[in-house]
Amino acid sequence: MSVVKTITSSQERKRGWSISLAPDLLPVEVPPPFDVPPLSVEVLQKMYHVMLLIRRVEEYLLDAASEGRIGGAMHTAIGMEANAVGAAFATRPDDYVTCTYRGHHHAIARGLDPGQVIAEVLGKASGCARGKGGSMHMVDPEHGLMGTNGVVAAQVPHAAGMALAARMRGEDRIALTFFGDGAIYQGVMHETFNIAAKWKLPVIFYMENNKYSEMTPIWRTSAIEDLYTFPKVYGIESIRINGNDVEIVHAAVSWAAERARSGEGPTFIEAITYRLAGHMAGDLETYRTPEEREHQRQADPLLVLRQKLLDRNVTEEALARIEEAVAQDLARAVEFAETSPWPDIAEAYTDVFHL
Amino acid sequence: MVQMRKTTYLQALNEALREEMRRDERVFIMGEDVAYYGGLFRVTRNLLEEFGPQRVMDTPISEQAFIGMALGAAAVGMRPVVEIMYMDFTLVAADQIFNQIGKYAYMTGGRVYLPLVIRGQQGGGKNYGSQHSQSLDSLYAHFPGLRVVAPATPYDAKGLLKAAIRDDNPVVFLEHKMLYFTTGEVPPPDVDYTVPIGLAEVKRPGRDLTLVTYSYCLLEALAAAEELAEKYGIDVEVVDLRTVNPMDTETIWASVARTGRLLAVHESYANCGVGAEIVARAYEEVPHLLKAPARRLGMPPVPIPVSRPLEQEILPWKRHIMATVLEMMHERVAYA
Ligand SMILES: Cc1ncc(C[n+]2csc(CCOP(=O)(O)OP(=O)(O)O)c2C)c(N)n1
Ligand SMILES: [Mg+2]
Repeated sequence: MSVVKTITSSQERKRGWSISLAPDLLPVEVPPPFDVPPLSVEVLQKMYHVMLLIRRVEEYLLDAASEGRIGGAMHTAIGMEANAVGAAFATRPDDYVTCTYRGHHHAIARGLDPGQVIAEVLGKASGCARGKGGSMHMVDPEHGLMGTNGVVAAQVPHAAGMALAARMRGEDRIALTFFGDGAIYQGVMHETFNIAAKWKLPVIFYMENNKYSEMTPIWRTSAIEDLYTFPKVYGIESIRINGNDVEIVHAAVSWAAERARSGEGPTFIEAITYRLAGHMAGDLETYRTPEEREHQRQADPLLVLRQKLLDRNVTEEALARIEEAVAQDLARAVEFAETSPWPDIAEAYTDVFHL
Repeated sequence: MVQMRKTTYLQALNEALREEMRRDERVFIMGEDVAYYGGLFRVTRNLLEEFGPQRVMDTPISEQAFIGMALGAAAVGMRPVVEIMYMDFTLVAADQIFNQIGKYAYMTGGRVYLPLVIRGQQGGGKNYGSQHSQSLDSLYAHFPGLRVVAPATPYDAKGLLKAAIRDDNPVVFLEHKMLYFTTGEVPPPDVDYTVPIGLAEVKRPGRDLTLVTYSYCLLEALAAAEELAEKYGIDVEVVDLRTVNPMDTETIWASVARTGRLLAVHESYANCGVGAEIVARAYEEVPHLLKAPARRLGMPPVPIPVSRPLEQEILPWKRHIMATVLEMMHERVAYA
């Protein structure tokens, strides 16, 4: 008889952690140290527009990848849009942002033209990095997006350096860095926590805890469940929020940004969220059941926000108008990207150095 | 003509930092022991007093974080200079240097570029052993996106460090622990000059053989050249590369055109090293200039031992340089 016991998925779920978004498994309560004032329906409708646009762009990109038009590793943030949009609306265009390879949502939320996003992923000359960076390297300095990154946690000290620069110049800009749950166990993360805390840097560490690191649930590799408690050791104010509610994200980042701007130093936000698509295009998703995913779909941030708007007397017609506008935005972006030329071959050799 | 004065390599570096920090308030320094102590090798001494703790910062022993932070600060317009206590430790932050800093401008299609300097000392000769003595110039030169500078004289050290700080790209600035107390002629403080990155210089003219080298090996090469001239009547031309990447092959080939012989010498490993690169390029680009096989001399493929005689055995210094040159000149007889 085999000594290796098979763990069934329901047992796994039992052994796994309880933090979740779907109705029966609510996020572990951490009383927020900030208010969540309701945003105006105008702002919420704008947020809905951007979140839906992100969703549509990424659905298009997944289709393009399955047609073989996109190579490499392409990661979408389907189901995680509220994190990007709530944070972008809570910060200023001149604040600095770095994030991971899963960065289309942040790029669009910051204000990068979705046509340039798609063009970049397709490797076209009109992409935000002229086709040289691809999906994992979104960049848009005009909107503060200083780069998305292919190496887990590498972007974290970059944001701390930007925060340091802002402070040295006496500016009240802040830096915001996004990373996943898996990034918490990269050493550079902890190195940066310490320096940011010691130097009281105006930086926000924002963890998008989607509960998986690639194909492995975080509870399978993490010694502790409450990831947001780590930075507390360094004296960093640290909270856990529901990352699928854009109003909560907005309130949390506004609060953290205010702290940073007023010299109170770094804040860590663990946002519980869930990625409804695979880790990357082509992911077989053998590590989770379709039931689990469908269950979590009830907490889809777009549904949450849509319901919020209906509850606040925004009509179905008004929402349909937004949805139509998003369809047009997408069509324009796709048209722009698909008709853009490939980069000139000489481009392969430029930009190694700034001349 | 500027009145020159004698000063040390160490002092020249210190002056370069001070003058650049006075000239440009975007320049700042981060590293271990750099502020209050003034740097383990004293390169940053007295800078804290003049520029304050906002611009001269002691970091924790977190190379990944503070090199990554230098990237971030440079990306938004600052000009950080990070000191690494021993260049060996840059390997702890290899991701930040090779994957991040070296690629950032390219990956962003030129939207973000990084005016930063990573400086520190490397090299053997002081019995520091395997993890505090290696030379990484060949490793750094292997990657695109990093300028690699390794000056040997106080004049070049000051001029190149100023140029590195003013450059809009990442520069790995390699000092050598044997050089800090060597002296040379340098213009007085505040006589502003730079030495252009990417320009080699003939440090000793000669007719028989071109010896290309850089960093501390230059001093060993010059000493070897004197002895070869005295004892054997062999006249070696010594070319100081000064910048390893980009490589000034023009100056090297011009010298080889005069001598017909080429030897590249450095303290990083010979295997897959800068010398191999120089020799390969010579055969690709100027084979007709070579009267005899071009050669290279670098470290043998062993970690660096502490024991004095063992370390002296493997360092590609004067004794080995002379032996190699003599072999090559013997070939002259064979080929003639
Ligand atoms: C240093 C490093 N190791 C491994 C990888 C491969 N990798 C890419 S994404 C990923 C999982 C990261 O998980 P998490 O931090 O939770 O972010 P998520 O992808 O869930 O957004 C891994 C292991 C990498 N990119 N960088
Ligand atoms: Mg994750």
